[in-house]
Amino acid sequence: MSETAVDLDRRRFLTGTAVIIGGIGAATAAVPFIASFQPSARAKAIGAPVEADISLIEPGQQVTFKWRGKPVWVLRRTPEQIEALKASDGPVLGDPESLKSEQPEFAANAWRSSKPEYLVLVGVCTHLGCSPSFRPLPDADTGPTWKGGYFCPCHGSKFDLAGRVFAGVPAPTNMTVPPYKYLSDTRILIGESDGGSA
Amino acid sequence: MSFITKGLTGLRDWVDDRFPLVQLWNDHMGAYYAPKNFNFWYYFGVLSLVVLVIQIVTGIWLVMNYKPDATLAFASVEYIMRDVEWGWLIRYMHSTGASFFFIVVYLHMFRGMLYGSYKQPRELIWILGMFIYLSLMAEAFFGYLLPWGQMSFWGAQVITSLFGAIPVVGEQLAELIRGDYVISDTTLNRFFSFHVIALPFAIAGLVVLHIIALHEVGSNNPDGVEIKKLKDKDGKPLDGIPFHPYYTVKDSVGVVVFLMLFSAVVFFAPEMGGYFLEANNFIPADPLKTPLHIAPVWYFTPFYSILRANTYPFLGVDAKLWGVIFMGLGTMVFFLLPWLDRSPVKSIRYRGVLYKSALAIFVVCFVILGYLGILPVTDGRTLVAQICTVLYFLFFILMPFYTKWDKTKPVPERVTH
Amino acid sequence: MKKFIFALCLMGLTGAVSANVEGPALLESHANLDSKINLQRGARTFMNYCLSCHSASYMRYSRLVDDLGLTKESVEQNLMFTTDKIGNTMQVAMKPADAEQWFGVPPPDLSVIARARGADWLYSFLMGFYKDEKRPTGVNNLYFPTTAMPAVLSSLQGVQVLKTAAEGEAHGEGHGEGHAGPALELAMPGTQSPEEYEATVRDLVSFMVYLGEPAKLVRYRIGFWVIAFLFVLFISTYLLKKEYWKDVH
Repeated sequence: MSETAVDLDRRRFLTGTAVIIGGIGAATAAVPFIASFQPSARAKAIGAPVEADISLIEPGQQVTFKWRGKPVWVLRRTPEQIEALKASDGPVLGDPESLKSEQPEFAANAWRSSKPEYLVLVGVCTHLGCSPSFRPLPDADTGPTWKGGYFCPCHGSKFDLAGRVFAGVPAPTNMTVPPYKYLSDTRILIGESDGGSA
Repeated sequence: MSFITKGLTGLRDWVDDRFPLVQLWNDHMGAYYAPKNFNFWYYFGVLSLVVLVIQIVTGIWLVMNYKPDATLAFASVEYIMRDVEWGWLIRYMHSTGASFFFIVVYLHMFRGMLYGSYKQPRELIWILGMFIYLSLMAEAFFGYLLPWGQMSFWGAQVITSLFGAIPVVGEQLAELIRGDYVISDTTLNRFFSFHVIALPFAIAGLVVLHIIALHEVGSNNPDGVEIKKLKDKDGKPLDGIPFHPYYTVKDSVGVVVFLMLFSAVVFFAPEMGGYFLEANNFIPADPLKTPLHIAPVWYFTPFYSILRANTYPFLGVDAKLWGVIFMGLGTMVFFLLPWLDRSPVKSIRYRGVLYKSALAIFVVCFVILGYLGILPVTDGRTLVAQICTVLYFLFFILMPFYTKWDKTKPVPERVTH
Repeated sequence: MKKFIFALCLMGLTGAVSANVEGPALLESHANLDSKINLQRGARTFMNYCLSCHSASYMRYSRLVDDLGLTKESVEQNLMFTTDKIGNTMQVAMKPADAEQWFGVPPPDLSVIARARGADWLYSFLMGFYKDEKRPTGVNNLYFPTTAMPAVLSSLQGVQVLKTAAEGEAHGEGHGEGHAGPALELAMPGTQSPEEYEATVRDLVSFMVYLGEPAKLVRYRIGFWVIAFLFVLFISTYLLKKEYWKDVH
């Protein structure tokens, strides 16, 4: 052992410095490993925006496209269905102003779309991820006062023809509207809007 | 501040009531007395551990994106290099780590030969270490097939064919190892299993045993003096210092220097002139086309040279089989060192000129054999390889004699610096 | 002392038997990744001349935007001939079965060719085509005899022929006139002068080096900072070690 006194303060200081610098190094070294979990360039390429041809959709008809592995519905609403969305005797909605749900800025309205005629919706229930079924007319599951919308068979959540969630169902929010934009009157690009892409 | 320390101390005590935490700490760190004269050669044990950790962590990450399928493997490695964020860095760390593992382990083994660390009572540490070395060679061999390049494929083809040289059972054994008539997708899948699961567990287990065996008898040192012989009134070795804090602090410097060298290679020269990442391995495996020069990776080349140096069929046994036998013996003979070395003295510092010369010649031969293993065969090179192979084995065969006859110097009672 | 001399002798002997020369000496490519403009030129040459037969199937067009300092639009308009999505990989239009029929071997994928062959070999190869009536393509290559590849860049380089033996010896070692080594000479000029062609090939090879390892653009810079940081950590741990080891005598 040493004959001179041990400088404890200096030891504490040097230990602390080494630990802090070493800690910074370790944290920095962890960054590439955590970052490698992000979607790879291949995933991003596969998840790139998808062009959809909407010219052949009849009024009242819904067509399904695929984007990022999920179904994206394009529904051409009839004038009656568009009117019904604004009506005051409609169902009680959980989030009528779309405050809690995901949609582009232009879809924060009663139709939840840029043009009222076409609804673009990610066809995934916001409860636990099942794909709801399209019910334009009332039936046994929806009840007689049904104005048209979507019914999820897994746990019974209901949404209207703008994807807005009913009050009192398991799903917490309105269905998601993906970013999209019109390339022309007959083609839309799903996955990218003029405000940016997903 | 004292609230935190009180909390941590409380937690430690709770665990310690249920698990020998404090005792383990003391036995292996806080009150494990190591000789105070460790020099440069004593860094390579902890550096081996560091590289093992690097390989395991980077390996886990690589497996997230690598595909062990003959049609997908090569592409998946390029996917990691290009499309996965920071994938290139993780890959380079793993490939560089593989080569650095052998650099560090060879230097660690050489320390044992310099200071007689394999001598009684440390024979078992040496034997366990040799098993780690063999497992490491197998691990590297299996891992090298995974990128599925030309070198991967043909290197594996050649080495598994070596088993075919064994009389009677050879061909079937080779087929059993490959799982097929040639290296194929089946072989790739099982080598993947060995490389990712079987051998890492084996190596980790052996390393634990290796360290336990070491701590049981205590470390050797550059003077070969047994520090436990002279203790103070508290029973602590006079020439010993507790591993923590003295060697934790010293080893951390060594680790940082090592990481600087490691990073220099990873970022500036990951291919290392074609020795760490071979150029031919950037060509996808082609079972129909053998590359002009097949050479194993640099860390196997000394033994590969010994294999190729055997060109005469002695005693009715053909040269190919002799090559396999001597190559195998070349690795196995190290196991016998504790019993071949008859010197009363451990450290090279107190040995005579015979041992020093023998060791020097051995090192030179080992390096030359390694160098020749990279090059294609010529008559001149084969002759040199044969000379070096003979000298290599003579180092071991004659050791019982020259270590006995050597004029040693008196070993001091206390360590020197 | 004696053992030292003995060791030296062994090494000397090894050195003597290690000399190894295969094929004509390679030309220096001077490939480098420092200039984005040069890499862009190389990319353009690659897309225009190489991608019709070779794929680079591990490389995505989208990388060229950030790595080469281009815009998405200019990549889409000027560099993408075989696909319409910028995220896609560089595939070739030719079917492998057709390729084998026309050339005997499918043209190899070029993604990592620079790592397999080296920049100097690629440069030499692209400089080394010469007219050879006996070959089905009408050309041969000094650095890859009996290559199945036609002289794709001959419109730029011109047509080279083998010098006769006497001329070859008299020429000596110089190759500064754009010839592929001392054994070839330009029989018919192309649209580029020898200097221009050398620059074109240099840029193309540089691009192929980048193609082989896009990370090469960033790893040197990152490595510098990593080692600089480790040096700081070294100072800190060294001081700590020295302080504690004052206890030990």
